[in-house]
Amino acid sequence: MSRLYKSIVIFFIAMIISLLGMVLVFAPVYAKQATPMAEDPVLEEQVKAVSDELRCLVCQNQTIADSSAPLAVDLKTQVREMLSAGKTKVEILDYMVERYGDFVRYRPPVKPTTMLLWFGPMLFLVIGGSFLFLSLKRRSKRIASASASTLSEDESKQDR
Amino acid sequence: MIPEIGHFALIIALCIAMTQGVLSIAGAARDDHSWMAMSRPGAQAQFMFIALAFACLAYAFLNDDFSVTYVATNSNSLMPVQYKFAGIWGGHEGSLLLWMLMLSGWGYAVSIFSKNLPLEMVSRVLGVMSLISVGFISFMIFTSNPFDRLLPAAVDGRDLNPLLQDFGLIIHPPMLYMGYVGFSVAFAFAIAALLSGRFDSAWARWSRPWTTVAWVFMTMGIALGSWWAYYELGWGGWWFWDPVENASFMPWLMGTALIHSLAVTEKRGSFKNWTVLLAIFTFSLSLLGTFLVRSGVLTSVHAFATDPERGLFILIFLLLVIGSSLALFAWRAPRVGLGGEFKLVSRETMLLTANVILVVACGSVLLGTTYPLLLDGLGMGKISVGPPYFNAVFVPLVMVLVVVMCIGPFARWKQANVADLVKLVRVPLIAAAICALVVPFLAEEWKLLVSVGLFMAYWIMFSVIANIWMRVSMSTRKGSVLDKLKGLPRSYYGHNLAHFGVAVTIIGITCVSNYESEQDVRMEIGDTISIGPYVFRFDGAQEIQGPNYTASQGQIYITKNGKFETILRPEKRLYTVQRMPMTEAGIDTGLFRDLYVSLGEPLAAGAWSVRVYYKPFVDWIWGGAVFMALGGLLAVTDRRYRLARREAEEPVVKKASSEADVDIKKGLGATE
Amino acid sequence: MARYIKFILPLIIFGVMVAFLWRGLSLNPREVPSPLINKAAPSFKLSQLHDFQVSFTPEEMQGKVWLLNVWASWCVACRAEHPLLMDVARRKEVPLYGLNYKDAPKDAKQWLQQHGNPYKLSVVDYDGRVGIDYGVYGVPETFVIDKQGIIRHKVIGPVTRKSLSEDVMPLVRELEKG
Repeated sequence: MSRLYKSIVIFFIAMIISLLGMVLVFAPVYAKQATPMAEDPVLEEQVKAVSDELRCLVCQNQTIADSSAPLAVDLKTQVREMLSAGKTKVEILDYMVERYGDFVRYRPPVKPTTMLLWFGPMLFLVIGGSFLFLSLKRRSKRIASASASTLSEDESKQDR
Repeated sequence: MIPEIGHFALIIALCIAMTQGVLSIAGAARDDHSWMAMSRPGAQAQFMFIALAFACLAYAFLNDDFSVTYVATNSNSLMPVQYKFAGIWGGHEGSLLLWMLMLSGWGYAVSIFSKNLPLEMVSRVLGVMSLISVGFISFMIFTSNPFDRLLPAAVDGRDLNPLLQDFGLIIHPPMLYMGYVGFSVAFAFAIAALLSGRFDSAWARWSRPWTTVAWVFMTMGIALGSWWAYYELGWGGWWFWDPVENASFMPWLMGTALIHSLAVTEKRGSFKNWTVLLAIFTFSLSLLGTFLVRSGVLTSVHAFATDPERGLFILIFLLLVIGSSLALFAWRAPRVGLGGEFKLVSRETMLLTANVILVVACGSVLLGTTYPLLLDGLGMGKISVGPPYFNAVFVPLVMVLVVVMCIGPFARWKQANVADLVKLVRVPLIAAAICALVVPFLAEEWKLLVSVGLFMAYWIMFSVIANIWMRVSMSTRKGSVLDKLKGLPRSYYGHNLAHFGVAVTIIGITCVSNYESEQDVRMEIGDTISIGPYVFRFDGAQEIQGPNYTASQGQIYITKNGKFETILRPEKRLYTVQRMPMTEAGIDTGLFRDLYVSLGEPLAAGAWSVRVYYKPFVDWIWGGAVFMALGGLLAVTDRRYRLARREAEEPVVKKASSEADVDIKKGLGATE
Repeated sequence: MARYIKFILPLIIFGVMVAFLWRGLSLNPREVPSPLINKAAPSFKLSQLHDFQVSFTPEEMQGKVWLLNVWASWCVACRAEHPLLMDVARRKEVPLYGLNYKDAPKDAKQWLQQHGNPYKLSVVDYDGRVGIDYGVYGVPETFVIDKQGIIRHKVIGPVTRKSLSEDVMPLVRELEKG
């Protein structure tokens, strides 16, 4: 039996499995059940969400959520306390930036010096897209004029 | 004595590379056959000497020769033998030697598998590659010699960084470097084309398989790196947008663009300039990655010990290699012909659009990676650019790319009919939309992001199937469906398999980022924690003794719906030499989920803090990469390349290749 | 000519990039400038290390230029700068105060006894809370605070003979005048 045929069959099986798999796996999993071991799991999730965006200054390149360096632990404690005192994520991030500078944020703020960073990709896409479009148009024009002058030659070329 | 031999072999390799590089290129320029004849033996000799040097370093590592500085800082007599061997590339100097071994290995491969190439072309390609070798070997000899002696010799080594003492180190760097360095072949072909001014589609055909093979290695290398980080770092992340990761991701993106551009150039002879430029960019990004990782301009999780002097050396090297090739491009490219004609709606345009998006994606990663450097250089403050930025920028770009991926393969070459295209694209699009809406509901918790992610994945998958079905139904070949399927060329299956892999990866990413769950708990002996149907019971931890570490090994007994599932044994290790604690996660890998347990800190009386993760579909991320790589391999083994090689051994090269062309056209059926 | 520009463009962009990378080689990516420079020193009220009953706040220093040095007995780099701090104390040009950061008071006192005490007084920041307010991330750190209580300069990591004589002391003298 051809290997190609087999691989096609495997494609289809994988497809079906991917559909079935979702059903089989997810259905029972999110039946919530109660063994809350952490003091306040909901709060902890918020702490993680905030500290995922904060850079651990003493580490090489880690978030304070992932790091277990003493400073990271202290800052996580700080985040936890501020959250339970009702502070919002924005307020906490501002608090950190006031003390450690923009460096501490993994999501750089949008301000004049970071305009290029935030809008660069969109700019690239626009430039790239228009460059492609223009060069395609110019190209077909040039080919058209070239083929008009050497029509017979071009035809033989196209045949090939 | 042995290290001196290694050092000496490096010097000889340098001399050979320099002589051969200059002779090959000058010979091709002067049409001097005796000079050009040096190319193949030169490249082979260079490889032999580099291999000798590598063997010498391996000998020093395996025999615990701590009178060699590099060995003393990266090994230890107690280290298991496989890590001693992998330790060769565990640090800066040795990894450069590995890099060189691969580079000269690629040169060696080119010298062997190039019988059907004109001698002039081979000389130029090998010449360019040797000149690159000259840069790297002198970099090694003058700033980072792995054979430097340590006097007096150390009694024992300082041990390899415990993070690296893992199976991942044995396999990830060689794969990744094969990819990085493999792009030098595509680069050398591009430079050779620029030098000779010959840009026929034969050029694209020659360089295409090399590029694809390099891309396959790169794909696997990146996937392995991601997988390694996932199981080794102990918190289950699989991609961090760290500068080092970006350094490998950028050439991959550019290389992906290059592969697609080569397809246009080979098939239609169009956009040669663009293809050449992409080949230059791809390898330039490999070199830039080297600079970023080894110069210390950026902080990263796994940067090498850095040194500004080395940075300066690489920067000058970058300037020479990339600067001169871009200058050559600026000089030669304006004279390159236009190639075949095609309309605005056509396969060509689709491929080029995909190209532009990939380049934009790569440019965005480059922007994000170097932006902190840019601002700092201008004295405008320090910022960090991390995952929140990259995710925000990258995900929309991927979405656009998926659209092109799903429409493009249905478009015909030269000119596609928009109405036909709509008809073909409609079915998979609607089917994918329905599935994407329904499936997450079955998962109990519907999330918009899941639907969007699954929609992209399903659309790609359905498009792949619809495309194959279309090709079969349009096939002029006689016989059953099976025969028709067999008639389709391997490269066609290759591209579909690779696209399918992208879909698999997207499913993995979507599911794991939206449905994973994590519990950080304090566990006394006998305590249980449950996630879904899984119940994890902590059975205590015991001290165990490893070869060069001591560890506390926990035992987690896992049941699913009350039935025994598995036992995981996560460890908390303390490496004796560096006194560095390491978490070794316990992972149960499954097709649809990973159970991931890592030990935190010991608490009172046998209790431990334990992190338990449930990660649905996480392995699909890497599984998709395996599909992509297999797709690349399928494409390379296409008969068109094999035919070209076999026929080339016969005298009538011209005729054979045109016959092969006809054959392909037949095989491809009406759409081509 | 315009036709050729697009072919030269990649070279130009590359040139600009190299210039930045070259500049990058002489920068230290791990040194983060403090956003607190030229801002009021955050207030605190902490117990003194040698007299727990008595507290100290920066407000007491109004009208004086002073140095605040963050230190700890567990901090290896603090040993390196210690002789220089002793020197500063001996010359009595500027008062030096210590912020004992996340340290056991017992260890801290012993450390000072062993190596000498350059500080007018040290305060105890046991849980590192004041450290966070001051944006401390690498001990030791040294702040120069002016008569109005504004932070004028910060040395991250151990002070060196060079940074003292070239940055810190000239600045102190200038602030004394103003």
